[in-house]
Formats: sequence, C-alpha cells, structure tokens
Amino acid sequence: METGTPEETGAPADQPVWRGLQPGLLRVRRLLLVVWTGVLAVAAGLLPGLFAGPGWAACALLPPVFAAWCWRLLERNWRSWRYAERADDLLISRGVLWREETVVPYGRMQLVEVTSGPVERRFGLATVQLHTAAAATDATIPGLDPAEAERLRDRLTELGEARSAGL
Amino acid sequence: MTPHDRADDRDQGMDGGIPDDAKRDRGVPDDGIPDGAERGRGVPDGGVPEHPPATGRPPVIERRLHPVTPFRRAWAPLAVLAGWAVHNPNGAQEQLTRLTGTVLLLALAVLVPAAGLYGFLSWWFTHYAVTDTELRIRTGLLFRRTAHIRLERIQAVDVSRPLLARVAGVAKLRLDVVGTDDKDELAFLGEREARALRAELLARAAGFAPETAHEVGEAPARTLLRVPPRELVRSVLLTGATWGSLCAALVVPTVLWLVTHNPWTALATALPLFGAAGASSVGRFVTEFDWTVSESPDGLRIDHGLLDRAHETVPPGRVQTVRIVEPLLWRGRGWVRVELDVAGSDNSVLVPVAPREAAEAVVARVLPGVAVPRELSRVPRRARWCVPVWWRGHRLAVTDTVFAARSGLLCRRLSLVPHAKVQSVRLTQGPWERRWGLAEVHVDTGADKTVTARLRDAREAARLLDEQAERSRTGRRDALPDRWMTTG
Repeated sequence: METGTPEETGAPADQPVWRGLQPGLLRVRRLLLVVWTGVLAVAAGLLPGLFAGPGWAACALLPPVFAAWCWRLLERNWRSWRYAERADDLLISRGVLWREETVVPYGRMQLVEVTSGPVERRFGLATVQLHTAAAATDATIPGLDPAEAERLRDRLTELGEARSAGL
Repeated sequence: MTPHDRADDRDQGMDGGIPDDAKRDRGVPDDGIPDGAERGRGVPDGGVPEHPPATGRPPVIERRLHPVTPFRRAWAPLAVLAGWAVHNPNGAQEQLTRLTGTVLLLALAVLVPAAGLYGFLSWWFTHYAVTDTELRIRTGLLFRRTAHIRLERIQAVDVSRPLLARVAGVAKLRLDVVGTDDKDELAFLGEREARALRAELLARAAGFAPETAHEVGEAPARTLLRVPPRELVRSVLLTGATWGSLCAALVVPTVLWLVTHNPWTALATALPLFGAAGASSVGRFVTEFDWTVSESPDGLRIDHGLLDRAHETVPPGRVQTVRIVEPLLWRGRGWVRVELDVAGSDNSVLVPVAPREAAEAVVARVLPGVAVPRELSRVPRRARWCVPVWWRGHRLAVTDTVFAARSGLLCRRLSLVPHAKVQSVRLTQGPWERRWGLAEVHVDTGADKTVTARLRDAREAARLLDEQAERSRTGRRDALPDRWMTTG
C-alpha cells in the first residue's frame, strides 16, 4: 500500500474495500519530525555543552537516535490507517499499539467537515471529519487527496440524507 | 439537527429599534404577528410586522410572562453588595463608617427605582409565542434575542416551582432541546398557565392539529410508581456516601484541631465538610421527596420535591440510555436506583429508589419492548491480568432490542442502550489487552454518554462490532417518529 489508490483485493461483495491514506501525509509528518529533531538536537547539544563542559555536547546525538525510531513508527502508524465505505456505514481503522476501529452508520451523520491547513494544502492533502450527535464519536480521516475528500464528503452527505435518522 | 446546527435560530444585534418596539407594544398590546414574518425577514431586532397577516394562516398570539417576574432578580444587587462585604470586610467597614444616613437614603432612592425599572423593562420586552412548529421567545432590552425552538425536537419539558415561586403561585417552564441555552426557559408563568402551555407544547410536538392542540389539554396520567418517604430515608441511610461524608466532617476537623491547636482552622474545614454531608443526605431527601413517576400519552411524568416542586415530562422515544445502579448496601433489600440520559437535559434520575421488579416495570415503559436482561455473560478469566479484582464486575448482554453492559463490583451499574439510539460503535485495543487477546467495545449515544463493554474476548468483540452496526441500523427502522402521535 504505497499510494492512496483503492486497494483492490478482489474481495467478495460483502467484504469492505479498504483504502489507505496518501503518502503525502507520511512525508509531511516525517518533515515535521526532521524539523523538530533539528531544533531539539541543537538545544540538547548547546545547553549541556555550554554549562557542563564540551563533552556533554554529545547529548545532541540523542534526539536523532530517537527520531530514527520515530521515523519507522510514523510509517507503521501511517500504514495502519485505513477506511472503507460499506453499503450503510463507514469503517475507520487505525493504530498500531492502540488499535481503534470505528463504525459510523450514514444515517447518524450530522455534519461532514473537510479541513485543510496551510502545510496540508502545500502537500495537497485534506482531512475529512464526521460528526454525529455523540461527541465521543471520533471519526477523522486525515491525509486524503482533496478531490477524494470532496468526493467522500458529497457521498457521505448524500447517503446521510437518504438514510437520515434523528437522535 | 445537531449541537452544531442549532435547533433554534437566533438573532442578536445592537438594538436600534427599542423605540419602535416600545411603540408597537404600547399601541397594540398582544399584537398578532404574522407567522413567518420574523423568520422571512431575518431582521436583527426581531422584526416589526409591517405586512398584513398572511392569508389563511392564523395569527400568532404573543404572550408575556407573569407580572411577578421582575421581582425574581430583586435580590441580585443586594447579593452583589453582600458578596463584596464578605470578600473585603475591612474595606466594607471603612466605607460603612463613612456613609451617612442621607447618602444611604439617596443611594436607596436611586438604586431601587433603577432596579425596578430594569426589571420592569426586561419583563415588558420579553414575549413568547407558540406556532404550529415552534416556540418563539423574544427578549432583551439592549441586545435583542429571538429564539425559535422547534417543537418536534423537544427532548423534555420541565415545570419547576421553587419555594418562593410556589408561595407566589408561579412556575418556571423549561424545554430541553439539543443545543439550547439556559436562557431558553420561561420564568415565570402563572401556575395554571405553565401547565396548560406544557400540555399544548407536548400536544403540538406530538403532531396534533393546531386547532385541536388547545383542546387536547393535559393528558391523563397514570401513576406507575411512588417512592414512600420511609423507603427514601432508609435508602439515604444505607448509602455509603452519606456516612462517608459525615465521618469526614467529624474526623478531619478534629485531627486538624489536635495538630494545629487552632480552632479556627478546624471550623473553616468543618463547615464545608458538614455542608457536603448535608447536601448528600438531607439535600437528597428534600429533592427526592414524594417522587412520583406516572405515565401519560405525551410521555413520562416525574414529579418530586419537598420545598421546590419539579414536574418533568420526557416524551416517548427520547431516552438514550438507562442505568440501573445497585449500591452494595441496597442489594440485601433488593433496591435499585434508575438513572436515564436524555439529549440536552440535565435530569438524570428516573427512580431514586425502588424494589427491583417495580424499577424494571418502569424501565419497560421508558424503553418500550425492552426487557432487562437477566443473563449476563462474564468476561474470560484471563482478564484478571488486565484489571485485577474488578474484572469480575464486567458483564455484557446483547438482546435483539438492547445493548446492556454492567460494571462495578461493589456498586453495580448496568447500562442499557436501545439499538435504535446508537450513534457509532468503536472497538479499541491497547497493547497489554492484545497480549491477552482482549478488546473493548464502545457504544456512543446522542446524550454524549458512551457505554463500554470492557475486557471482551478479541474475536467476540470484532463480531460484536459488526453485529452492533447492523443491529442499530435495523433498530432505527422501527423507531418511533419524532412526532409520535402521527403514524408512519
């Protein structure tokens, strides 16, 4: 699953068709990681180096080691995110260590939101968020292609209207 | 409708139109406003009807609150003064000595009429009207505010009569609609008027024709359950929290006194602690006194209170979750407490104390067609590695109408969610739970409450997630319509 294109697995009709996120999201997150690691490494090297002696400047190596580990974690996390549109509900599955799977029936959807921040826009990404009457419902899909996000929004709204139910 | 997409549309704005409004109000009291004129124009100041009434539609009668209303805030300036005096006693004394009799009189002569005028004007500018589909409240002296509350979205109607209001013979009417503010209550109305308005609102919300909504009147009620005072007292005495707070109120100040040898410290801690103890025992007795649950065609009625009487009405099909709570000390007597969650409402108690069978009979009325499941499945034994002792308390039952999860070992809480009220279903699993092959299933409801079945077998949980999504979809199909008297 290197790209966000539909993952055609040739599954039977009742099996959901899972889709992954755009690789751009992984790139954004890794970029942010590198930027923050740089900042932290400078801070971790300078402060002990100046106050405790030059040998302590080796602390600057800690953040890059940690970042190398996070580099892998980010990919695993990115891979774990997937969503599927079924006939009557939307499935969102995510998380590696703390797994979470959410099912939101279309009829319960009150509002579909598409957001895109400046960094996300730069990388051609958008986030779709679903709201139901329950605040605990946490149905957010980050890192979508803007066209796909809009398609999803329109489809969800349409299906939501068709299957609408109150509280 | 959602919390975001408000059930009432409001207009607020700096008012340029007071004189206009005042003129109209003085000129034509109880003026009929053509239905839709306000909404159609969307004028911030509420809209002065210049158009002739639309043909074919009956004019909307605007009404005012009870004339006693201005006095409800009469104590506010005094409270502010008292608060300031307590907060800064030295300053207050200094100021008091400086005041002379004439200044005091002068201040009174200015303050009292000013407060009176404000009260009078805010009463004068508050109107409410009931249309076919909405309750409209128009209020505000400087900042005009118009709230249109959609009747079919009513989650509950409360009439409450605080002690002083009971003396004056007035009552407060409050509508619970998802997304409304505290401001959207009608305080005060004449007692009979409040009752009639409640009946009318419920009749219209139920879908009776507007012409007959007046005549339908208050639906007859049939008492389902009444809590005798004796039972209530015993239940309060058998509650751990009562004794716990009393012990804390006795022990903590004594220890403090012995340690610090300062009686004032002890007193300062004793007072709030005794207050808490009183609130949890006497306070509970006073609010839950004479608790009556009755059934009527327009919903469930709950009447209670010793000093402040409250009358709540929950229309059918509005209850999102029901909890049956069984504290340890009540179990010997077979008593339970029933709580319920309604979207947009703060009322949570349905039955403060009752024998199990009686309580379950009431639950069957609140959630039609739901039987409280008797057989609950346990969690696998290996769950003891995740939650040491308390794993025994977690149980689950899923029937074809309801999702029921129990938790707690000493105080058992059984939460029931009808499948039709499920907003979303989630499955979560942490690393330690995966090590033992366990998972949790969360069911979210519209009252912002989540019911969780903890420590289920992972495969069972995955199946549960799938089935629950399916069940809540089919459950919704057979649910009551919003306007429950209209069929279809």
